[in-house]
Amino acid sequence: MSQRIKELPFSGIRKFFDVAKEIKGAISLGVGEPDFDTPWNIRAEAIYQLENGSTAYSSNAGLLELRQEISRYMRERFHLEYSPLSQIVVTVGASEGIDIAMRAIIEPGDEVLLVEPCFVSYKPCVLMAGGVPVIAAPKAENGFRLRPEDLEGKIGPKTKAILISYPSNPTGAIMDLHDLELLAEIFIKHDLCVISDEIYAELTYGQEHVSIASLPGMAERTIVLNGFSKAYAMTGWRLGYACGPASVMEAMLKIHQYVLMCAPTTSQHAGIEALKNGAASVRAMKSEYDGRRRVIVSGLREMGLDCFEPKGAFYAFPSIKSTGLSSDDFCMRLLKQERVAAVPGNAFGECGEGFIRCSYASSIDSLKEALKRIGRFLESL
Amino acid sequence: MELRETLLGMLERDSRLLPEDLAERLGLQIEEVASELGAMVDEQVICGYHTLINWDKTKREFVTALIEVKVSPQHGMGFDKIARRIYLFDEVKAVYLMSGGFDLTVIVEGDNIKDIAYFISDKLAPMESVLSTATHFVLKKYKDHGIVIERQKKPDERMIVSP
Ligand SMILES: Cc1ncc(COP(=O)(O)O)c(C=O)c1O
Repeated sequence: MSQRIKELPFSGIRKFFDVAKEIKGAISLGVGEPDFDTPWNIRAEAIYQLENGSTAYSSNAGLLELRQEISRYMRERFHLEYSPLSQIVVTVGASEGIDIAMRAIIEPGDEVLLVEPCFVSYKPCVLMAGGVPVIAAPKAENGFRLRPEDLEGKIGPKTKAILISYPSNPTGAIMDLHDLELLAEIFIKHDLCVISDEIYAELTYGQEHVSIASLPGMAERTIVLNGFSKAYAMTGWRLGYACGPASVMEAMLKIHQYVLMCAPTTSQHAGIEALKNGAASVRAMKSEYDGRRRVIVSGLREMGLDCFEPKGAFYAFPSIKSTGLSSDDFCMRLLKQERVAAVPGNAFGECGEGFIRCSYASSIDSLKEALKRIGRFLESL
Repeated sequence: MELRETLLGMLERDSRLLPEDLAERLGLQIEEVASELGAMVDEQVICGYHTLINWDKTKREFVTALIEVKVSPQHGMGFDKIARRIYLFDEVKAVYLMSGGFDLTVIVEGDNIKDIAYFISDKLAPMESVLSTATHFVLKKYKDHGIVIERQKKPDERMIVSP
């Protein structure tokens, strides 16, 4: 086995999963995907396309109609202009986007800034591309928003890029226009490439998502990654997309073409339907998440856990420092004692230690039951 | 959306929600929600509460019929009055004024087909304003009030922990 891969650790989530899957009747707050089925109109379109025999490869970059829909969506939704012909690549989930973006831009030894706690695949993707991850850690008291001071001393001559992701998995933090302006200034000054994973862009509560690419001087240095998994409850379809400057997209397309050929064609047809006629379903799911968000945050606070208000995605990220337990111990004991699965914060980076990620992509009834059990667990400590 | 419509949307989906549940989910004070609900009951915006039942799974036997009714409204006896004469019968569960080929949809329940035949021949058809009726019996309900009732609940197939 190659040394590079040998040294790559398994994700902390997987370790926890192996234990959790053995516990019968557990309630899970550990799930990183929607509990809704994909809206029927989207599934029906895919079935129709299958019946119709549309089962061939698509062009490498994806069906042109899908790229046109993505282009329209990005313009109408986030004020971003991307040419369907040269600036959009349809990927196998945002997951693929993360990988091929890294491989397209990193020279061996290049440093890439990651903002932890973050999605588990960022660091491995940097490492596999031969890059050197450098970690910035925004503070809980700033609501996990990345502030210029969090980057102090982190940017040097070898820094090539920064990967940011708001709304954030696992913290639920979002960034507003002003927060982003402060950062954009730094990114431009240091001539950084920005990879912005906006997979949760549709899921913000109380205010709309702003893409950093929409700020002056940013589109030409930003790769926006997005996808269908979270907004349209389409995780199993494996469909996402990357948008950015034509030259970078060409490089990413080169990798994509050799490694994957194209994203699944049936999923691409479903994606067209999602973008054309999916907005009402997204709104309905979002409003459901919003109610659950309030229930879980107030529930956690009532039992004395410090929990900042998450304004995006579908996660709450309470601190469990007051219990004196490590995240791993807390989650393991909670699982064994009360059969509730939550993910230890350190699975998303060392600075996630002292926190746990509670997903609220579950029915209110199971959230309430989980809260009851967590409360009982805290009292037993 | 306005508070009123938001509350109604939530209650339409789950009428068990108490003011404190609604308040919690919307991030509002219980008093505010309670007083809005109270006002809507007073104004008869909220007219009642329902439980959605799949009677097919119970021992109760009854039949439901949808009757298309054509009527001839006359001076002093417009659609509303005719409808009232019909909807006041206990066995009538719903009455709608329709556009198109007939005028009223009347949904009737009875213990058996005979009950319904009796209702039509003895009560509905003889009314002066009623010109004709066409009766359709419900064989099976698949979906009611936005909820699919014939399908088995599907287990949560998601992995218990995922990134
Ligand atoms: C921040 C973030 N980025 C990317 C992904 C992967 O999404 P996709 O299903 O599009 O590959 C996830 C999924 O959990 C995520 O949380």
